[in-house]
Amino acid sequence: MTPTHENPSHPTLTLTVNGKTHSFLLGEGSHEVPPSHTLAQTLRERLGLTGTKISCDHGACGCCTVLMDGKAVLSCMLLTVECEGKEITTIEGLGNPVTGAIDPLQQSFIDHTAFQCGFCTPGIIMSAKALLNENPSSTRDEVKEALSGNFCRCITHYHVLDAVMAAAQKGGK
Amino acid sequence: MKEYRFIGKPTPRKDALDIVTGRTKFINDLTIPNMLYGKVLRSPLPHALIKSIDTAEAMRLPGVKAVHTYKDVPDWMGGLPLHVRVLDNKVRYVGDAVALIAAETEDIGEDALRLIKVEYEPLPAVYDVEEAMQPGAPQLYEQFPGNILPQGIPAFGPHSLQEVVIGDVEKGREEADFIVEGTYAYENIPNPLPPESPGVIAAWEGTDTLTVWSASQGPHMIKVSLQRRMGSINLHSIGNPVGASYGSKYMSWQYVLPAAALAKATGRPVKFCYGRSEHLAAFTVRLGSRIHGKVGMKKNGDVTFLSGDWLVNTGAFSETSQAMVAVGCGEAQLMLRCPNWSLKPKVVCTNRTASGQIRGFGGQELKCALLPLLTMAMEKAGIDPVDFFKRNYVKPGDGYYWRDGNWWVCRGTDYTKAIEQGAGTFGWKDKWKGWLKPTSVKGVKQRGVGVGVHGNADVGEDVSEAYVRLDPNGTATIYSGLAEHGTGQRSNICKMVAEILQLPLDRVSVTPNDSRVNPYEMGPVGSRGTYAIGSAVIAAAEDAKRQLFELIAPKFKVKAEDLETEDGMVYVKGKAGTKIPWIKAMGYDRTVMGRGRFEPDFALPNFMMIFTEVEVDTETGKVDLIRVVGATDVGQIIDPPGITNQLNGCLGSAGIDTALFEETVIDTRLGRIMNPNMIDYKWRTFSELPEMEHVILETPFPSHRFHAVGVGEIATAPGPSAVLMAVSNAIGVRIHDYPLTPDKVLSALGKITTAKRRAK
Ligand code: FES
Ligand code: FES
Repeated sequence: MTPTHENPSHPTLTLTVNGKTHSFLLGEGSHEVPPSHTLAQTLRERLGLTGTKISCDHGACGCCTVLMDGKAVLSCMLLTVECEGKEITTIEGLGNPVTGAIDPLQQSFIDHTAFQCGFCTPGIIMSAKALLNENPSSTRDEVKEALSGNFCRCITHYHVLDAVMAAAQKGGK
Repeated sequence: MKEYRFIGKPTPRKDALDIVTGRTKFINDLTIPNMLYGKVLRSPLPHALIKSIDTAEAMRLPGVKAVHTYKDVPDWMGGLPLHVRVLDNKVRYVGDAVALIAAETEDIGEDALRLIKVEYEPLPAVYDVEEAMQPGAPQLYEQFPGNILPQGIPAFGPHSLQEVVIGDVEKGREEADFIVEGTYAYENIPNPLPPESPGVIAAWEGTDTLTVWSASQGPHMIKVSLQRRMGSINLHSIGNPVGASYGSKYMSWQYVLPAAALAKATGRPVKFCYGRSEHLAAFTVRLGSRIHGKVGMKKNGDVTFLSGDWLVNTGAFSETSQAMVAVGCGEAQLMLRCPNWSLKPKVVCTNRTASGQIRGFGGQELKCALLPLLTMAMEKAGIDPVDFFKRNYVKPGDGYYWRDGNWWVCRGTDYTKAIEQGAGTFGWKDKWKGWLKPTSVKGVKQRGVGVGVHGNADVGEDVSEAYVRLDPNGTATIYSGLAEHGTGQRSNICKMVAEILQLPLDRVSVTPNDSRVNPYEMGPVGSRGTYAIGSAVIAAAEDAKRQLFELIAPKFKVKAEDLETEDGMVYVKGKAGTKIPWIKAMGYDRTVMGRGRFEPDFALPNFMMIFTEVEVDTETGKVDLIRVVGATDVGQIIDPPGITNQLNGCLGSAGIDTALFEETVIDTRLGRIMNPNMIDYKWRTFSELPEMEHVILETPFPSHRFHAVGVGEIATAPGPSAVLMAVSNAIGVRIHDYPLTPDKVLSALGKITTAKRRAK
């Protein structure tokens, strides 16, 4: 039987992260995932995927954005137990796993210096990636709207818009 | 202008790949084997004595390794002058540290906090800067009667600037055609709110060596300033990439000392990272700034005198407020040619979270309160503010007292051209219709324009040292304690060295930020990265190059001055056909080490002017920022995308938006901050970006071989007062109560009556 969150007594949880499937025991023990842990905590603390950042821890800033089944979600607002059977992509999982080449969107961020401190950058890239997956030729206003939940205190917004638009114009390629 | 290979060209940041792939390790991404987590119990009361504190139950919780209270914590001190204990038997603001815990996990640490029992004896609290100075007001520290802190800062020397007193105010009063007077304030104590909260890991080796990993903007200064406070230990400071700071995460004993205490008590490394609410509620905010002032002006716009009391609310302690006052006093003089001054600051403690250093460093806080006063005088004289600033901004040959108390004479640039071009790009002449006159009215939407100015002579503050090592394989390594906090400065110094040595950029790198490896570095603050740090690095690279040539000259049988190098090859000038690689010239068993040092120089002020256009909805009171134009002259751009990023930063980090919606709201009945989260603390989103443009001139600056000067730090400072002016002009009514939230706009328009908010 596949464990699901409808069956909370089941002690394991399966997640696919960046193409790799992980099974976790649920519980409070030191090698288990506590039911109170957010997806962001599990990614960072259990899987060492620290590219996903926690800033507000409150659903406000978008720094913790990852893709879940291709859609942008806030990993600080999801309990790991709610993610049973989901496919998660983090910033570490972008790009080509075979060649190791980075995603064109990441390259565009480099080309446009679309970051300053870079703390918000993984979340912004993941939000933008979700948008371009859905609509590869988004307009500037659509990009603004899609990123309106992403905080950037350094005010790199203008360069980010240029970077995302450049990637969009290439059809996300 | 000189054509360079790297300087002035856009080049990818050296850390770009790590940033876009999530590989950059910020402090909270690090784990050290055997590490514990530190937690702080914080006071729920604004002012109280701790009558009893019982930690037994917390200690018994499995996984708790140490608990500290004021009774047993090491007696290390912070503050200026040293007046704050790591833990005290008295709490002075909601959020003040009461106890420290080290535990195996964060969750256990949090659980243990709840098991500590504290009995408080509440004391009356005071929040307003003037109430705090009254006789009978609650006293925060016995040693500071009237809650007034001693002036001066030893680091700025024996005569550090404490006020601006020049000429004869009486004479200025007689010469004035108009005198205006009033009380203006910038007291919404906004939070710079870097996305990464402050954090540190501390680990002891034996009892005399402490390693500190931190997200500090000036990691070397953690060593220099904190090791003395812990007895004579050797502090070894490692700087991590900074998830932004905007000045706020600098020496930061507030978290380094607690982590060091817990690490000492447990004999294990301890990580302590602020949670977000903890950061917003218990870490530093901007200074509160209030002026009772008078300004005299002649009909032609000449200022005849400025006098006043500058009341600085530093909250529960001074992190470095006297230093900010000194720099603020200097910066006021850069903006205003005035023969007669009497500006007297007082730094005052109150029962709220402390104020600390933030970009704009005293100058922004002072200016935001001072400009409404000055604009009243300009209005009386009918002077266009752009003309006023053009006339008044410091020019080569003008003098001013700087933070060290010395009189410095400007030998920098005349910024008139930058002002004129900025005004042209903005369309100031068309949009400016006079004081309190809207630029346009369309139904309920009224537009107005405003302008602000700022400059800082700290671009050449303090000492920097750097080494540049040449290796025979044709690479150069810069030894510098420069932190990367978002400006790209670590990449920029690579560009400088690559330019001098004519090496491809990928052959130049910077050492890890480690005080065991690198020489003295004050850090990239006050826009000093380009001139001060740049000068040290340039000198080191030139020294290395000279040594290389001296080593090689005999081989070519020429003088060292006749040699040239490019891409790791050496040749005789004019004979590029015969080149030999460094390794052939140096041998494989040698390195060359050049040294550079920069000594303080306060004679080169930088400059930033910001023009804003706002649109006010007179029905709802909402203010939209429509357009921002920045104008500056930086001598020489080092990295074009880097500088536009920094200047765009004028909106955030407690900048322009502090005039519109950013504020830390304190409930003065309970002393609590009401909005310590990122939903209730407002910030600008992608969907509300104004049009943004910058005029960046490049008039060669008398700084160093690249004739450049930094400007990033001051990008925020001119904005808030410019917005105030723009909104006043849009609605035809003076309004100066930061931030200009819809309720205040509507009440200025007489459409609603609101109770005046209590000052903080
Ligand atoms: S950390 Fe998840 S939204 Fe801010
Ligand atoms: S780049 Fe620093 S917060 Fe976005």
